[in-house]
Amino acid sequence: MEIPYTVQNRPDTGVYNAKIGIWLFLASEVMLFGGLFSAYVLLRVGAAPGEWPHGWLNVTLGTVNTIILALSAITTLLAWAACKVREFGKFKFFHACTILLALTFLGIKSYEYRDKLMHYEVQLTNGKFADGHLVEKSRNFDLAQKTGSVTLHGHIVEDRKELMDLRSPEAQAARHEELTIPAADIKKMENYAPRHNTFTAIYFTLTGLHALHILGGTLVIFYLWGPGSRMWKTDPERFTNRVEVSGLFWHFVDLVWIFLFPVLYLT
Amino acid sequence: MIDMSDSEHPIDLKSYIRRCAIIFAVVLCTTALMIATSYSHHGWTLKVALILAIAVVNAFLVAGYLMHLLSEKRMIYALLGFTVFFFIGLMALTIWATNGFPPGTATH
Repeated sequence: MEIPYTVQNRPDTGVYNAKIGIWLFLASEVMLFGGLFSAYVLLRVGAAPGEWPHGWLNVTLGTVNTIILALSAITTLLAWAACKVREFGKFKFFHACTILLALTFLGIKSYEYRDKLMHYEVQLTNGKFADGHLVEKSRNFDLAQKTGSVTLHGHIVEDRKELMDLRSPEAQAARHEELTIPAADIKKMENYAPRHNTFTAIYFTLTGLHALHILGGTLVIFYLWGPGSRMWKTDPERFTNRVEVSGLFWHFVDLVWIFLFPVLYLT
Repeated sequence: MIDMSDSEHPIDLKSYIRRCAIIFAVVLCTTALMIATSYSHHGWTLKVALILAIAVVNAFLVAGYLMHLLSEKRMIYALLGFTVFFFIGLMALTIWATNGFPPGTATH
């Protein structure tokens, strides 16, 4: 039995079925991300004064990722347009670009995650705080047994609140150097993982979910570029519609990033 | 020539590429503007409002032109109308909740 309305528009809806399907799916996605944005707003307005971090994320990397995703949205659209004018070679080229751009985005995101996971806040026994990136832990380092030492590339502050606004002139002027801290001087040591505070929790949740969408979209686009492109020979119209539907999903992912970038990196 | 089922305005690939290049350039400019605003010395509320307004312009470009929402069928608009209604409801509940602390919970 043939699946109806994969190419022709349904008379009652005016569009082919897959298009209605993807828009319904995107509507549910709006509510999914909307719920998380709502959680972000609540966490942010509920934070005590001076407790919400500023400048913790690398704006340059965020900007590069914004440009990459915008460019990939363009190449996705051009891949569909190439199908429409029956230029299969150009479709292959534009979608190969989309896949490469998507992988670059994920690579940069992974680098950012690694940077956060290597970043430690160390509460010292004298009440001060050491903050910086992990250089090395001595072989016998054991915080529970108070043996060994840890080396960070960072700086020491008197108050934890000084670590909250990294855009402040004081934070910008801070001199970063290698600090070797004996385990005996450490009261608590924690990296900037999701459990660190509400900002890192919502940051990893929002960007992690977004990255999963990028990964899923990339797999679909790769399928259409590779094995799925066989349909071009048998049913080019239907194949073009598949490219359009995957493109709509990709644009939605770009749309989410358009709000994630300013909300997390710039405000 | 492209027979765009959604826009019903056939165009050729070269002019389509040119249009995409213009949209990309505008997205680059608005992104730069957003970053510049974030480093400006305006008050926090104004800064956030400006940045989000620019983000909305960006989103309009992507949804309107790249997703062809400016020339979609009525059914899609109806579907998105429901989405917008529930999304506004969700955000309204969020804003409403920000000032309503249950009795006995800590506030700042």
